[in-house]
Amino acid sequence: MVRAAERLRDVLAGVPDPEIPVLTIGDLGILRGVEEDGGRLTVTLTPTYSGCPAIDPIREAVAGRAAAAGFADVEVVLQLAPAWTTGWMSEEGRRKLREYGIAPPEDRAIGCPLARVRVACPRCGSHGTRLVTRFGATPCQAQYTCASCLEPFDHFKAH
Amino acid sequence: MTGGAEYTLRLGDDALVLAQRLSEWSARAPDLEEDLALTNIALDLLGQARALLSRAAELEGAGRDEDDLAYLRGEREFRNALIVEQPNGDFARTIARQLLFSSYQLGLYDRLCDSTDDVLAGVAAKAVKEVAYHRDHATEWTLRLGDGTEESHRRMQDAVDWTWPLAAELFEHDALAEQLVREEIAVDARELRPAWEHYVGGVLAEATLERPDTAYAPSGGRRGEHSEALGHMLAVMQSVHRSHPGATW
Repeated sequence: MVRAAERLRDVLAGVPDPEIPVLTIGDLGILRGVEEDGGRLTVTLTPTYSGCPAIDPIREAVAGRAAAAGFADVEVVLQLAPAWTTGWMSEEGRRKLREYGIAPPEDRAIGCPLARVRVACPRCGSHGTRLVTRFGATPCQAQYTCASCLEPFDHFKAH
Repeated sequence: MTGGAEYTLRLGDDALVLAQRLSEWSARAPDLEEDLALTNIALDLLGQARALLSRAAELEGAGRDEDDLAYLRGEREFRNALIVEQPNGDFARTIARQLLFSSYQLGLYDRLCDSTDDVLAGVAAKAVKEVAYHRDHATEWTLRLGDGTEESHRRMQDAVDWTWPLAAELFEHDALAEQLVREEIAVDARELRPAWEHYVGGVLAEATLERPDTAYAPSGGRRGEHSEALGHMLAVMQSVHRSHPGATW
């Protein structure tokens, strides 16, 4: 028999991100874990950015989906440390982002200025892209434009 | 209030007050990209403030929460530095403040990652990556405006001259901080100054701007002695919460 914590984790991994609904919280790596202690289940979430406004709706969605799946005694907690990084985003998540038109974060050392990063256009694949502004529609995105296909696009910042 | 709560409140109030000031640029920035940039920075700072004020309330142990601390304290109970409460001024003055403050905050959070207070260390480790972006943003604008047109150079220099004296307070150290430094909870802010001088000095030089030379160093924010600006800002920030106690969406 599969443990309750694992079953709940599978249920919750499919909760969509409210700002980039093509991604689930499982893809993003912000569903940090589900622990069972004497019948009580504790779900640990971590925000992407300190002020990410999506975390409250995510919290509610997680509690709602757990209740709908028949888990009665569930507590949702937020944990900051260790800090989330885009390295926790799954390969599946990166693929979904690219197909959605958002350039996924690249693997790189933290602290390297964004301007030096070569971001590939999610539409045509060209590396001839230009940073328009490092702050985009959500805290985790920057705006780029492609010099080859001339399309503007968002880039999920490596963080 | 214990030393740890008071120290955490200083950090939280810096973030909260600057978040409020930056959010005043919403729909007023020079262009759409800057509107997004300044409000995104405000959002990062607000997130940091929430975590820090929650921790301060927890350490205080008086049953208050982050909202009580943000919305129901008077001006004299705020512990932020004077630099963050100043009105935005023109865009150059906002950028000068961002450069001086984010350069300080980056050094601070970098060191706080090793704090023995797990919550402070966790907030710092998360925020240090955000603040690196804030400093990059301010640096780019300082270079563009300083080494730009005659008019942009003049205004950026004015902004740096005006803001510079207010930065000194950020590097003050007192008995409360000293006790926490011994417990390896806090950072001795004086030690952050050389790296800050080096970075900011380098940016100003590259931007063809003069580094101000002044001994003027207004102070008092950490003791609740603020400039006239804070009371007006708080009146706006706290009005809804005070008019409708306990209201929820």
